[in-house]
Amino acid sequence: MTGVLTLYRTSVGKKVIMALTGFILVGFVVFHMYGNLKMYQGPEVFNAYAAGLRELGYPVFGHEHLLWVARVILLASVVLHIWSATMLTMQSQKNTFANGVSGMKRYGEKKRQTGYAAYTMRFGGIVIFLFIIYHLLHLTFGVVGYGPGEFKHPHGGEFEVYSNVVIGFQNPLISGFYIFTMIFLGFHLYHGVWSMFQTLGLNNAMYTRLLRGLAVLVALAVVIGNISFPIAVMAGIVGPAA
Amino acid sequence: MKLTLKVWRQKNNKTPGEFKTYQADHISPDMSFLEMLDVVNQDLIVKGEEPIAFDHDCREGICGMCSLMINGVAHGPKAAITTCQLHMRSFNDGDTITIEPWRALPFPIIKDLVVDRSSFDRIIQAGGYISVSTGSAPDANTIPVPKPDADKAMDAAACIGCGACVAACPNGSAMLFVAAKAAHLSFLPQGQAERHQRAVNMVMQQDLEGFGNCTNIGECSAVCPKEISMDTIARLNRDLIVASLKGIEPTLQPAEAKAS
Ligand code: HEM
Ligand code: SF4
Ligand code: FES
Repeated sequence: MTGVLTLYRTSVGKKVIMALTGFILVGFVVFHMYGNLKMYQGPEVFNAYAAGLRELGYPVFGHEHLLWVARVILLASVVLHIWSATMLTMQSQKNTFANGVSGMKRYGEKKRQTGYAAYTMRFGGIVIFLFIIYHLLHLTFGVVGYGPGEFKHPHGGEFEVYSNVVIGFQNPLISGFYIFTMIFLGFHLYHGVWSMFQTLGLNNAMYTRLLRGLAVLVALAVVIGNISFPIAVMAGIVGPAA
Repeated sequence: MKLTLKVWRQKNNKTPGEFKTYQADHISPDMSFLEMLDVVNQDLIVKGEEPIAFDHDCREGICGMCSLMINGVAHGPKAAITTCQLHMRSFNDGDTITIEPWRALPFPIIKDLVVDRSSFDRIIQAGGYISVSTGSAPDANTIPVPKPDADKAMDAAACIGCGACVAACPNGSAMLFVAAKAAHLSFLPQGQAERHQRAVNMVMQQDLEGFGNCTNIGECSAVCPKEISMDTIARLNRDLIVASLKGIEPTLQPAEAKAS
């Protein structure tokens, strides 16, 4: 094996894999948030958006073709992202738990330089992973969070995602869970977006403030956008179709 | 000044260590931290006890021998200095000070506060050099170096190999050290020929030694007595990516590759 395929061997290479897959996932969450804003334009527009996702690239691409390409890339990204994170965490913990001494935890371990976000990447990653599973079972498959008959699966090319979102988020517990996890997603993005550039060697003293700014922007946009949906439903701004 | 010291005492790498408490009652604020320990050791010797072993050499902040986690911070509370340059006036009368060795798997404890940092030497042997033909020294200035590059190379070359970055890092990563040692060569024309091979070899050796992995947290740079910048890490990452695109394989000698 040669070239990029050898990246997985070294710690830095694994991080490069994490950064590249993270880049794809960041692109997805930004796009996903942007797309979901259409729920503010009412059921027709939002449902048409769901249908339109299946026809992406039509007529060059067939029904759901591009969507499936995207799904495969996203799934592969999630798998590789988590795989590299796990390998690297294990490598670090072997070192820091051993401590070269008595198995005692580092004393005091004062945190000086960095904020909360950098220290909660692993925890935040797990929260987001659990969220993705729940979220798919919830809004994609409709198997959790709905009473019988409340979730409407697509039927004959018609999508009812608008009513699914409205009914789904009328449950304050579920909305609360979405809001809670979005805050961790925000921290994850804040450190991740900047860190991505550092890992890919595209950061330096001149760019670092710019890249921090970009990270704040991405994190805020995604968090505020996504949190607004459950809040809008609970506040009745996005209500049942008339 | 009167101080209470909680010091990590450990006979050797095989015996578990523990904190022991000592009273230091006649400390001048003008003493350096290491001089303070000398005074404590004098007392211990007079009492017939084993003195506290700690590393030191130049005591002027340039050799990289001194270490110590002081109240959980590598090289103590002051930024950009080594422990030998830290003075007792940075503490208050009556303080309790916790003193520990660097803690990391690739830095096995030799005794008390002294750790074995030869894993750093093996990382240098794996690639932290340039190959030059022997013979008389070339004339100065035969290879022009732009001033900004020379400055950056000098900034990176300021690394004294103390290991504070590893001790401070929650992941126990040695990236700041490795990156500094790679960057001071990669900024110079003489360092170009082996640039990408060097990145691959040094990173590979770092992994083999059992250091953790960098998550761009930045504790390293915050405690570094030479204020080595995280930019060097980005630069090393870039060199490693280019090396993999070029298909450069690590060329570690079996002896070097032997992880401790
Ligand atoms: C509160 C904010 C969010 C809302 C309202 C929301 C809403 C939705 C809806 C309605 C669907 C189904 C779309 C369809 O079937 O056409 C969906 C799918 C999905 N969402 Fe979200 N989402 C949110 C946040 C997120 C986040 C933060 C992530 C990832 C980290 C995420 C990942 C996914 C994935 C992977 C799918 C499946 C895409 C596919 O069909 O392949 N979502 N989301
Ligand atoms: S990078 Fe700084 S902290 Fe790390 S070994 Fe070099 S001088 Fe010490
Ligand atoms: S003893 Fe030389 S740097 Fe501190």
